[in-house]
Amino acid sequence: MTFREVEDKARSEWETLQNRIYITISTATCGRAAGALDIADLINKELARRSMEIPVIETGCMGLCYAEPLVTISKLESLRIVYHNITPELVPRLIDGYILGDDPCLELALGTLETEGENGPYIPELSRFEHELRLILRRCGYIDPKNIYHYIANGGYRGLDKALRMSPEEIIGKVKGSGLRGRGGAGFPAGSKWELCRTAKDTPKYVICNGDEGDPGAFMDRVILESDPQQVIEGMIIAGYAIGAREGYIYVRAEYPLAVERTQVALRQAKELGFLGDDIMGSGFGFHIEIAKGAGAFVSGEATALVSAMEGRRSEPRPRPPRLAEAGLWAKPTLLNNVKTFSYVPLIIEWGADWFSGIGTKRSKGTAVFALAGKVNNPGLTEVPMGTTLREIVYDIAGGMQNGKRFKGVQIGGPSGGCLPESLLDTPVDFDSLREAGSMMGSGGMIFMDEGDCAVDTAEFFLDFVTRESCGKCTMCRLGTLHLLHILEDITKGRGKMEDIDLLLALAEDVKGGSLCGLGSTAPNPILTTLRYFRDEYEAHIGEKRCPALVCKELIAYYILPEKCDRGCEHCVLVCPTEAIKGGKGEVKVIDQNKCSKCSSCLQVCPPEYNAVVKLSPISELPP
Amino acid sequence: MKKEMTGEEREKLAGIIHGYRGERRELIPLLQEIQEELGYLPREAMEEIANFLRIPKVLVWGVATFYNQFRFVPLGKYPIRVCLGTACHLAGGNLILEALERELNITVGGTTEDYKFSMERVACIGCCMLAPVVVIKTKIYPGMTPFKVEESLIPYKQDSLSP
Ligand SMILES: Cc1cc2nc3c(=O)[nH]c(=O)nc-3n(C[C@H](O)[C@H](O)[C@H](O)COP(=O)(O)O)c2cc1C
Ligand code: SF4
Ligand code: SF4
Ligand code: FES
Repeated sequence: MTFREVEDKARSEWETLQNRIYITISTATCGRAAGALDIADLINKELARRSMEIPVIETGCMGLCYAEPLVTISKLESLRIVYHNITPELVPRLIDGYILGDDPCLELALGTLETEGENGPYIPELSRFEHELRLILRRCGYIDPKNIYHYIANGGYRGLDKALRMSPEEIIGKVKGSGLRGRGGAGFPAGSKWELCRTAKDTPKYVICNGDEGDPGAFMDRVILESDPQQVIEGMIIAGYAIGAREGYIYVRAEYPLAVERTQVALRQAKELGFLGDDIMGSGFGFHIEIAKGAGAFVSGEATALVSAMEGRRSEPRPRPPRLAEAGLWAKPTLLNNVKTFSYVPLIIEWGADWFSGIGTKRSKGTAVFALAGKVNNPGLTEVPMGTTLREIVYDIAGGMQNGKRFKGVQIGGPSGGCLPESLLDTPVDFDSLREAGSMMGSGGMIFMDEGDCAVDTAEFFLDFVTRESCGKCTMCRLGTLHLLHILEDITKGRGKMEDIDLLLALAEDVKGGSLCGLGSTAPNPILTTLRYFRDEYEAHIGEKRCPALVCKELIAYYILPEKCDRGCEHCVLVCPTEAIKGGKGEVKVIDQNKCSKCSSCLQVCPPEYNAVVKLSPISELPP
Repeated sequence: MKKEMTGEEREKLAGIIHGYRGERRELIPLLQEIQEELGYLPREAMEEIANFLRIPKVLVWGVATFYNQFRFVPLGKYPIRVCLGTACHLAGGNLILEALERELNITVGGTTEDYKFSMERVACIGCCMLAPVVVIKTKIYPGMTPFKVEESLIPYKQDSLSP
């Protein structure tokens, strides 16, 4: 079959689907966690019970993770409607209401789904869609990731079709001209990397897609592989053609079993239709892709360490040069890019370098994809033009802070990044502005913190993470980070001294300078940024033994306000795991501080009308 | 700790090894598949791999101990993974972990005496928006509180799960 014929087949399959009632359910990992599989099951059962044949399609993630499980009902003659937070009890209502009947069940709806040309679906009622520009997320949550025809009917493989009629040099010229920078963290220009690989003398050459995503708090790459894996594959094939490689690997972390499964299916289907194999679309060019499963070490995401892991060794980084482009996998020229970087490629080929470089800022082109988590109302995934401000992301896209609390800071870029305060909310997010502010784009994880989160505790958390994950090769990374961690522990436990702050700053410089790879050299960033923007909190911990955010266990106490405690209520007594709460029926409850394990259960169960349990800091404030 | 592999485990091991060519690069996939099948990496199995790939045993150990994924003791019947990633940490993941430790009377990395539960910490399972998250066997429990821990364990303790 020629590409035209495949495309026609895909289009007619897609149109047939659009011409009938069908249901989609987001069953990416996040949807599953919220119970989407049960809902899918139930819908199928209920439809069967009514002897109705309506396709129920499992899709990926629409980025609206806060609203899952998400069910969309598409009806040709009426609106397509997205329903959110669907529980099993609501399923019969949807079926009888909108599938069988004409009642759109608007009380359950998030909004109507519309398609806006090539930009995929959007929900006009949701304000976040006005700020988003979905390029590589545009099919996510909308097509069946296990059906290659859905991909093709929505623009898939047109980039490859075009690329195969171009010369490798032309392709590299386009990627260079687009200004695309790698989305794996450092933002290295993709075109230059491709060119280095193309001109490397040795053969064979390899293409590797880095889907390790070890950053805690980041889940963009998982979502793309689970929702639209063909897009990544297409980008890799174009890369293979451009640099002259015949083999590629997708390295995915083992913690992402669904991503592995859906990518595997996608590879098989791409091969069946002739997009992978020995003679791709009759061009004479051959390319093969395999999956390599990571074994769970954060450092494996580092390019040279990843190559080590693929060779069956411990994933320890090595010094560069030589670069991977000269000596990578099996010491052969290797092109390694992130999942998102490859995802942009088919679009750049199809829509042009100028189109891409017209989006974004002067030095950061295109869009940025962020995973939003933490104390915001609408966590999930978003794609915005580079240069969108943090404020827009927090308030217009993520729906503002939960429970009306005050924004305190946002940790961007995981352990390599840093924590930016409220005063920097108008910072545009792009590679260079973030770096200037002391943080980093990193892989795109954003964790929002409110007044109930402690800056020192957060820094300690990241240092604990990097000490566990350091491969141990560099002394400064192995021992320097551990020393930093111990100082932070002293501070959060109330044993800190004012000199510790200077020690942290000095040691941070040593660790930065004395580490080979990005893990060690960025490990002090969380400390440096929190010291820069939240120094008063360090000082409160040290000077007053007080944790202003009421987080650090050693510096807080739980206390029951006698005047607020309802004497008839026993909730806290019943949940306390250590039997620390005294006071029988009719008496004011009192916490025995020696027994309290500070589990916070009493605070969580004390009914809101009493709100009698509070946290105090410093502990010396406890009434006798 | 289990000392010897059972006959059935040996058979499975032989079957897995049979599917490989014996190349050095197959080390990690081999370890992964064996662990997937047996639930852990018995010492004997690692020795077999060393022979099969014609590499020193210490190299197999060195690689297996480097990665977080590999285990050398069998998991409980209901393995529990507690997420301690950033989002889960901020949402009180530590409190959940401590509650589980109290409920099961084991610490992280441990297995209960009856081999029913084992507990591990993980650094993000990619469901940060539902933090804090715990995974029991394959079921994901979002939005945990110390208080919900006891309740969510009951069906497993009683083995009264629907199949
Ligand atoms: C400790 C460490 C972990 C990393 N983890 C990842 C990762 O999970 N995914 C990724 O794409 N890049 C990761 N990187 C960056 C890679 O080394 C590399 O720069 C990137 O994958 C190149 O792709 P790009 O040019 O498309 O950004 C990591 C770097 C370091 C130092
Ligand atoms: S900086 Fe740390 S993780 Fe990186 S190579 Fe050195 S010891 Fe290993
Ligand atoms: S914090 Fe936990 S241990 Fe302490 S009194 Fe409350 S319920 Fe009991
Ligand atoms: S931090 Fe727990 S799921 Fe990501």
